[in-house]
Amino acid sequence: MIIELGHFALVLALVAALLQGSLPVIGAARGDAAWMALARPAAFAQLVLVVISFGALTHAYVTSDFSVFNVVQNSHSAKPLLYKITGVWGNHEGSMLLWILILSVFGSAVAAFGGNLPPTLRARVLGVQAWIGIGFIAFTLLTSNPFLRQFPAPFDGEDLNPLLQDPGLAFHPPMLYAGYVGFSMAFSFAIAALIEGKVDAAWARWVRPWTLLAWSFLTGGIALGSWWAYYELGWGGWWFWDPVESVSFMPWLLGTALLHSAIVVEKRNALKVWTILLAILTFSLSLIGTFIVRSGVLTSVHAFATDPERGFFILILLALAIGGSLTLFAIRAPALKAGGLFAPISREGAMVFNNLFLAAACAAVFLGTLYPLFLEALDGSKVSVGPPFFNATFVPLMVPLVFLMAIGPLLPWKRADLAGALARLKLAALGALAVGLVAWYVNNGGPVLAVAALGLAAWLFVGTLVEWADRVKLFRAPLAENWSRARNLPRAAHGMTLAHAGLAVAMAGMIGASVWKSEVVTSLRPSETVEVAGYSLLFEGVGRLQGPNYTAERARFTVTRGGEEVAVMFPEKRVYDVRAMPTTEAAIRTTFLADLYAVIGDADGQGGWTVRVYHEPLVPWIWLGCLLMVAGGLTSLSDRRLRIGAPHRERAGKPAARPAAA
Amino acid sequence: MTRKRCRLYIVVAALLVFGSATALVLAALDDSLDLFQSPSQIMAAPPAPERGIRLGGLVEEGTVLRAGDGLSVTFRITDGAQSVPVAYKGILPDLFREGQGVITVGNMQSDGTFMAREVLAKHDENYLPREVVDALKESGQWQGGSAQ
Repeated sequence: MIIELGHFALVLALVAALLQGSLPVIGAARGDAAWMALARPAAFAQLVLVVISFGALTHAYVTSDFSVFNVVQNSHSAKPLLYKITGVWGNHEGSMLLWILILSVFGSAVAAFGGNLPPTLRARVLGVQAWIGIGFIAFTLLTSNPFLRQFPAPFDGEDLNPLLQDPGLAFHPPMLYAGYVGFSMAFSFAIAALIEGKVDAAWARWVRPWTLLAWSFLTGGIALGSWWAYYELGWGGWWFWDPVESVSFMPWLLGTALLHSAIVVEKRNALKVWTILLAILTFSLSLIGTFIVRSGVLTSVHAFATDPERGFFILILLALAIGGSLTLFAIRAPALKAGGLFAPISREGAMVFNNLFLAAACAAVFLGTLYPLFLEALDGSKVSVGPPFFNATFVPLMVPLVFLMAIGPLLPWKRADLAGALARLKLAALGALAVGLVAWYVNNGGPVLAVAALGLAAWLFVGTLVEWADRVKLFRAPLAENWSRARNLPRAAHGMTLAHAGLAVAMAGMIGASVWKSEVVTSLRPSETVEVAGYSLLFEGVGRLQGPNYTAERARFTVTRGGEEVAVMFPEKRVYDVRAMPTTEAAIRTTFLADLYAVIGDADGQGGWTVRVYHEPLVPWIWLGCLLMVAGGLTSLSDRRLRIGAPHRERAGKPAARPAAA
Repeated sequence: MTRKRCRLYIVVAALLVFGSATALVLAALDDSLDLFQSPSQIMAAPPAPERGIRLGGLVEEGTVLRAGDGLSVTFRITDGAQSVPVAYKGILPDLFREGQGVITVGNMQSDGTFMAREVLAKHDENYLPREVVDALKESGQWQGGSAQ
C-alpha cells in the first residue's frame, strides 16, 4: 500500500512539474502575475510529493518489504540498518529518485528564498527547473520505476553489492548528486537570463552562491569516491582516470571556471556571455556524468548500477537538454549587452586565464574520455585511453594554471602592476625553492619533475598565505589589529585562501603518492616478514572471523620500525554470504605524513598467502586538501555579501538591511 | 584600451591555450591508446609486442595455474572460438574466477603469450564488459539476452 502511495505521489509530482514548467513561463511572457505566482506553490508541492515518494521506497527498504522488486534485488534482511537505508540509492532506480529529490529541494529553495528576485526571473528559473524535473521524473516512471512489485514475494533479498556496504560509498552518491544537481541552478538561471535577455551583477550574485554550494558538494563527493577507491578496492590507488571518474571531474573543472567567471560578472559586469555558456556547459556535463557511464555507452570497471537498456531515452534527454540550451544560447546571446573593459594584466585578466586553462583541461579530459566512442562510431575499432594520455595532457595544462593561481589574487581589478605582485611573491618563490631542495635532499635526488612539482605546490601554498597575511597585515601590525582586520575581511576572502591552500595541499599529496609510492608484492608464510620503506611487517597468520553478513579471513601483521613495534595491522578478505562475493579490506596505518597499506590475497594452498604492502608518502594530504577546499567553499558561501543586496537591481551597491535569508 | 584591443588579447590568449592543448592531445593520443582485441582477433593477426592491448574475454575453465612463488598466475582467455594464454604476476582482483569475464591490459609476447600488467574484473558479478559481449557475439558464443 505504501509503495503504491509512493508511486502515485511520483506521478502527481510529474503533474506538479508540468504545471510549474508551463503556466508560470507563459505568465512571465505575458506579464500575468497570477500565473507567475503559481510557480512557488507548484515547487513546494513537487517537493512534498517527491519526499513522500522517496520516503515510501526507504520504508520498503528499512522494513525489508520483499514484495518490491527493487528491494529484492538490492537488499537483504540481515544487512545492517545503515546499508538498508543507503541501499535505496545503491541501484539505478533508487538513485534516480534521489536525483529527483535533490532537484526538487533546490527548486523549493529558489521558491522559498527567492522572494526578492524579480517576479519574471523567478517564474522563469522555476520553470526551467521544472523542465529538468519533468525529464527526470518521466524517465524514472517510464523506464526505471523503483516501485514495481514482485509476485510471489521471495523470503529474502539478493543483498546489496558488498563493495557498496561501506560508509565511504554510502554517502558518496548523495554528495556527488547534490553537486551535479546543484549546477542545475546555475543552468536554470542562465536559461532564464537568456529568455529575459538581461544579465547583470544582481544575476551573478544569485548564481554564485548556488554554484559555490554545488561546487562544494561535488568536491566532497569526488574526494569521498576517491578515498573509497583507495581503501576499499585494495589497489592502493586513488585515481585511475577511469571514465566514471573523468565524467565527475569534467563538471568540477568547468564548475570551478564558472565560480570564478561569476565573480567577474558580479564585480565588473564583464564576461557575461561566457559565464552563461559556462553555466550551460557545466550542467550539460553533469547530465553526461549522471548518464554516460551507467547507460553502458562507455565501459568502466568501476561503474555500479549500469543499465544499457535505457540508452535511447537517455540520448533523447541529453539531446533535448544540451542541444536545446545551446540553440537558445546561439539565438539569444548576441542580444546581451557587452560588459566592461579591462586590461590583460588585472584580476579580471587572471580570471580569464583561469577560465581558459580550466576549459582547455576539461576539453582534453572530455576528448580522452569520449575518444573511444568517436573512434568506434567512425571505423568500428575499439580502443581505450589510459592514464598516460591524461598525464600527458591534463598535467601540463595544470602547471601554468597553478603558477598563475598564486599571482592572480594579488592583482587588483581593472589594471594591475605585475612587477609589484611578483615582488610580493618573493617569499613564495623562496618557499618553493626550499621545499624543492628539501624534497631533493630527502629522496637523494629522485625525479626532477616531481621535485619541481612539489616546489610548485609550495609556491601556491606560500603565495596564497602571503596574500592573506598582507590583507591582515600579519607581522606588520600588532596582533589585535591583525585580528580585527581578519574579522573585517569578507568571508569570501577567507574562503578563497582556504580553497587555494587546500589545492596546494592536495597537490602535494598527489605528487607524493604518485612518485614516491613503494610497493612490495610477495608470498608469505606465518612468521615471515616483509620489508617496505623502513618498516618491517611480521606476518603472524590468518584467523577466521564472523561478521553480521559475511565471513572473513583476517591476517595479523606486527609492524616494527628500527626494532620497535609501532602498530598491529589486520587486513581482511571477506566473503559475503548472500552473493558469495569476496571483497578485500585493506589495513591502513596512517601517520600524517604517509600511509602504510597492507592487503592479503589468496592462500596458495601450501601455507603461504599473497601479500601486498604499499608505503604511500603524503597520501592523506589529498583528502585533507579536498577537505580544506570544501571548507573554503562553505566559508565563502557564508559571506553576507552573497545574501544581502543582491535582489536590488536598481539600487545595487547599497547595503540593504535585510536579514540573512539562507 | 578599446573594446577591440581587449577582445583581441582574449582571443590571442585563447588561441594560445587551446592550441597548446590541442598539440598535447594529438601528441598523447599517438602513443597512449590501448587497442581492444578479442582472442579470435589476436589469433588471426598477432599484434606487435610494443602495441598496448586490452584483451577481453572469459577466463577459460580449468586453465588457472598458480606458480610455486604464490604470485605468478597463468590462465587462458577465451571468446568461445579461440583462446590466448595469459601470464600475470600479482594479486588478482576479488571477482577473478574461472568462467568470469575479465579484461587484461598488457602486451603480446613474441612467444604467443599475453603478458598482462593489469587484470580487471568488474565489481559486480553479473557484469560483462561491453567489448567482451560484442566479442562473444561475433564468435557466435553469446547466449545471454541483454548485456548486463
